[in-house]
Amino acid sequence: MEVWPKFARAASSYFKRHRLLIVFSGFSLVILFFIFIPLFKMVFLSNKEALWQALRDTTVLESIWLTLYAALITAAIGFILGVPLAYILARHNFPLKGVVEGLIDLPIVVPHTAAGIALLFVFGRNYLLGKWFNAIGINFVDSLAGIIIAMLFVSAPFLINSAKDGFHKVDVRLENVARTLGASPWQVFRRVTFPLAKRSIFTGTLMMWARGISEFGAVIILTYFPMVTSILIYQRFESYGLTQAVPVAAILVVVCALIFIGFRYILQREKKRD
Amino acid sequence: MIELKNVRVKVADFNLQQINLSFGKGTYTVILGPTGAGKTVLLESIAGLHAVHEGEVLLDGKNVTNIVPEARGVSIVYQDYTLFPHLSVKENIIFGLNVRHVSKAKIAEELEWICGIFDVEPLLNRQPATLSGGERQRAALARALITKPEILLLDEPLSALDMESREEMYAQLQDTHRKLNITTLHVTHDFEEAMSLADNIVLLNQGKIVQVGKPADIFYRPASEFVARFTMARNIFEGKISGQIKNEKVFKTGGLEICAVSDKNTAEYAIIRAEMVNLTAEQPVSMPNVFRGTVKSITDKGANILVTLDCPLQFECLLLRQQFEKMLLSPGQQVYLSFLPASVHLI
Repeated sequence: MEVWPKFARAASSYFKRHRLLIVFSGFSLVILFFIFIPLFKMVFLSNKEALWQALRDTTVLESIWLTLYAALITAAIGFILGVPLAYILARHNFPLKGVVEGLIDLPIVVPHTAAGIALLFVFGRNYLLGKWFNAIGINFVDSLAGIIIAMLFVSAPFLINSAKDGFHKVDVRLENVARTLGASPWQVFRRVTFPLAKRSIFTGTLMMWARGISEFGAVIILTYFPMVTSILIYQRFESYGLTQAVPVAAILVVVCALIFIGFRYILQREKKRD
Repeated sequence: MIELKNVRVKVADFNLQQINLSFGKGTYTVILGPTGAGKTVLLESIAGLHAVHEGEVLLDGKNVTNIVPEARGVSIVYQDYTLFPHLSVKENIIFGLNVRHVSKAKIAEELEWICGIFDVEPLLNRQPATLSGGERQRAALARALITKPEILLLDEPLSALDMESREEMYAQLQDTHRKLNITTLHVTHDFEEAMSLADNIVLLNQGKIVQVGKPADIFYRPASEFVARFTMARNIFEGKISGQIKNEKVFKTGGLEICAVSDKNTAEYAIIRAEMVNLTAEQPVSMPNVFRGTVKSITDKGANILVTLDCPLQFECLLLRQQFEKMLLSPGQQVYLSFLPASVHLI
């Protein structure tokens, strides 16, 4: 008979001590289910026969491969061009710096179809840069180059912002000490700044790659063919309905999940080792 | 030798103004001042880490104003020793040799030499995060000195340590300076640290030099009210010279007349250090500067006791514990305070 009052007292005491954690856990579960359930349903509850067929469909496999390596090339270009910009933004002040930082974030907020149209006005065959590149054999419409610039435009802010935060976290005095020890600015960057900011830079690069893989709006304006997976899913949905679109989407989700969980694991292991 | 001629440095909203200094080869100079005085900016400007807007920086007579930090032969050690966290202690120490592409044989030779001075051999394979404060400091000094710089710059090198480690580090820094005879500039806001280590002290405030001199000069002959307060002189009285008796000036302040040995004819302040004031129960005979006062408060400072008296000006007197215990003082008690005219500094 005394068990229930004791249990009620213990539960009440536990709730009082962990109120914040319990409330936050409740909200966290809602958002986790929101993200997890649609993906879970698509991957595990889709038609097994259709999934198997899609796995043997060369159009699907080529599209996934194209998406992955186009996003990888994009991330590499973003790394080469974005890291220096992030370093300058983290270490130096200059007129209109706030405007430049605002412009970098712009691709995140504008609709990506609008971003695609904006890119078409610059890189289209009859426009400013498009003409020049066309002259040296690079065409940005219906080509790998088009996919890459569309992905680059919408995903570069992720790398630039993450790398900038990483550089901010590196104590300037470490760089000062390295300079007085005889290191040139290049040596300081290579031996001190970059190694200390590398986790943020690689996280940003990974985010950029991920964003590139998922891009649809800007790519479809510039390059319908060759078809990246997001466009292939859309095309199958439009032409054949949900049953043909779901297996392609499920394969892309599984491939991406495996890759990103793998990278997260490597980054965590690096963090522990440091 | 380091010389700074009319140096002006602007960093964000802060200005270092009209800095004229000269530090002899092998000297140990402490740059002292409150937080925000510009001490670190001065140190970093000597290292070439800030652009000098006006004036010249000369190292051994050579104008290095526009020379990059890596070519100046100057090493800097910061407050928390700023060891590179991603490198082992060994990699930290030989960093300066690696970036200069020194041969492996020479690196091994130099490493052995520096390990002998700072006893860092047992630390070589450890990561900086696992070191104690003292070990970190030894590693940072070894890293700074393995390249044999002309000048060593120390930015608050002891402020991260507890009192006991700090005493050990005083000895370590003095020993290093004696062995290597390296020109050293040491920044601190701690006056006791400056007194313990310095050949010379430069006192900075709000980007300007306020006094340069031997530690005793700064301590007993402050050039301004600011220096007197910064060095905890405690008894600082505003007034003016009202006359002269033989060689001594009479300084009138708040109804009291204080005799001072001074060659000044005008003065705004009389300064008497608290430890130069004597307290006695009986009136001392044939002595100038004897005043009767009432004990207002007693503050235990550990080794010393600070006694505040009303007479009627408020005087503070620092007694040794032994001396205090003999006198059995208590608040409200009437005592005589006295000090020598030579202990009074007029500015």
